[in-house]
Amino acid sequence: LRLFYRYRDLAPQLVPLDYSNKPAVTLPYELIGSMPELKDNPFRQRIAEVFSEHGDGNMTLDDFLDMFSVLSEMAPRDLKAYYAFKIYDFNNDDYICKSDLEKTVNKLTRNELTPEEVSLVCEKVIYEADVDNDGKLSLADFQHMIVRAPDFLSTFHIRI
Amino acid sequence: HFGSSVASYFIFLRWMYGINMILFGLTFGLVMVPEALMGKPYGSLPRKTVPRAEEATAMNFATLWDFSGFAQYSVLFYGYYNNQRTIGWLKFRMPLSYFLVGVGSIGYSFMIVTRTMAKNANDDGGGDDTSFNFSWKMFTSWDYLIGNPETADNKFASITTSFKEAIVEEQESRKEENIHLTRFLRVLANFLALCTLAGSGYLIFFVVRRSQQFALEGLENYGWWERNEVNTVMSLLGMFCPTLFDVISSLENYHPRIALRWQLGRIFALFLGNLYTFIIALMDEINLKARYFLSFTLEEEKIVKYNMTIWEASLYNGTIPENSTAPPIQVDPADVPRGPCWETMVGQEFVRLTVSDMMTTYITILIGDFLRAVFVRFFNYCWCWDLEYGFPSYSEFDISGNVLGLIFNQGMIWMGSFYAPCLPAINVFRLHTSMYLQCWAVMCCNVPQERVFKASRSNNFYMAMLLFILFLSTLPAVYTIVSIPPSFDCGPFRMFEVISETLEHDFPSWFGKVFGYASNPGLILPFILLMV
Repeated sequence: LRLFYRYRDLAPQLVPLDYSNKPAVTLPYELIGSMPELKDNPFRQRIAEVFSEHGDGNMTLDDFLDMFSVLSEMAPRDLKAYYAFKIYDFNNDDYICKSDLEKTVNKLTRNELTPEEVSLVCEKVIYEADVDNDGKLSLADFQHMIVRAPDFLSTFHIRI
Repeated sequence: HFGSSVASYFIFLRWMYGINMILFGLTFGLVMVPEALMGKPYGSLPRKTVPRAEEATAMNFATLWDFSGFAQYSVLFYGYYNNQRTIGWLKFRMPLSYFLVGVGSIGYSFMIVTRTMAKNANDDGGGDDTSFNFSWKMFTSWDYLIGNPETADNKFASITTSFKEAIVEEQESRKEENIHLTRFLRVLANFLALCTLAGSGYLIFFVVRRSQQFALEGLENYGWWERNEVNTVMSLLGMFCPTLFDVISSLENYHPRIALRWQLGRIFALFLGNLYTFIIALMDEINLKARYFLSFTLEEEKIVKYNMTIWEASLYNGTIPENSTAPPIQVDPADVPRGPCWETMVGQEFVRLTVSDMMTTYITILIGDFLRAVFVRFFNYCWCWDLEYGFPSYSEFDISGNVLGLIFNQGMIWMGSFYAPCLPAINVFRLHTSMYLQCWAVMCCNVPQERVFKASRSNNFYMAMLLFILFLSTLPAVYTIVSIPPSFDCGPFRMFEVISETLEHDFPSWFGKVFGYASNPGLILPFILLMV
């Protein structure tokens, strides 16, 4: 219920109080991205795109609820890993390839690293995590790597 | 502030504090309080009051600090306790309870440590630290909880730095090494470390021998240094040798994580060696004294016993033993002669060691961290080189050194608590104060470590060391229980040749047999393996 009020607070004029006849209301990405929990996050656009229905970043109440439930403390590790994979997969081809990795690194460091350094990092990641040796990370590779990370659960978490 | 590893140190400290509180509760409640409340009125006064010869100096601060004088003849030490089977109107079985509390505290510590280890092992999943380094940096370094632009800026900066560090490390590891030179340097470094260890062991042995000589010649002739020589030497060694090891390890040119493991191992060996040399020297001394007293004072023992029975009889105005011909003597408790008491002496040594260790830690923190920081901050303007970056700079918070110190302190407590029930109490006080002192020191004087050591993995390592120390600590006490006869004039077990006779008298017979089997080390080791 708290989440519903947060959703409504973003755009009170668009969201009706009464949801019993399931109106189809979506909030545009700009409003979601300006939420205090998300506005400093470099991946907020990807998060919104992953959870929104049509992949454009505009979210219905259901999408909104899904997003925060996956990012909450109680979501199981595998579910979080699945969604994390989708978030970091920028081109939505179900594989995290080198260009996806490059984009991730640049978002994390705000373009402070030189291209050689970025390339080195991406190569190392593929070297470390690519189990099936196809030069990119599939969901299985990603999950295999992320479940062993000690701080994955604590960092991939938003409290609202 | 400083990362999860520093936080984990303080969590560990707090957990230790909890254990010590419980141990303190056990010893205090079941041993010290009944004795204090019910022991005194029921006889055995002579061994509780200060002998006349020492009375003059009994309340001086110096003697109190040394834990002799008034403190020696109090509830704090082993020698105070009565040997009557039951005391008070509750028929509280004193010797039994003393023994059981000792066993119980060890058993409790053992259970808690293994349980924590098991819990940690489950949480961890036995993950490997070194693989997936870059992948984890990429995918788990951003903290999604950040909601503040300033924090976000900091986080971006730290991520960038972390990536750069990892890149540099990667590039270095790809460089070609001169294998032979590295191997030679490593062998040399190990040799130096072994020399240091041997040297420190010998030094302690030498110093303890010297202190025995002093004791034989009478302690009044010497100043403060000679009296506290052993303790100060041990504490100083504990302070300087780790830094020496650090310097040696720079020869070795290992990966930081591996270098840290070597460092920990060496410090561990150092402390272990020191502690065991100390114990062995003490045991030697006790054996010497026991033999000495046995051979010369058997007669004296009889005399003292005789005098004491007369004294007791006179107090109760009860039946005088038939074979005595002397009339009841009214003797002031302080004047009654009493025999030597090696258990109290051992207890005193432990307490003195703990206290001096505590003092050394505090002084090191004050001087090493605080004064250093003040010096660097204020003299930086008028000094030749940049003090903050070069030597001496602000000191880091040395987690591993501190944790090891804590573990060895606990080992000493376990070892000594059989002889001096007050040790857990002292330790509680010590942990309490050092927690606040270190917290303040970390906040105001230290800078974060350059090498970040992941906290989760090392927790189990520290628990394993704690367990090991627990075993090693119980060994000396057990050895003395089963082999050396207790002093005839003090403590709750003095009527027996060997303490294990208590078991035969007080427990039902089958229990004694079970205990005999259970104390077989062969049973304990598989038990441990099962737990793991």
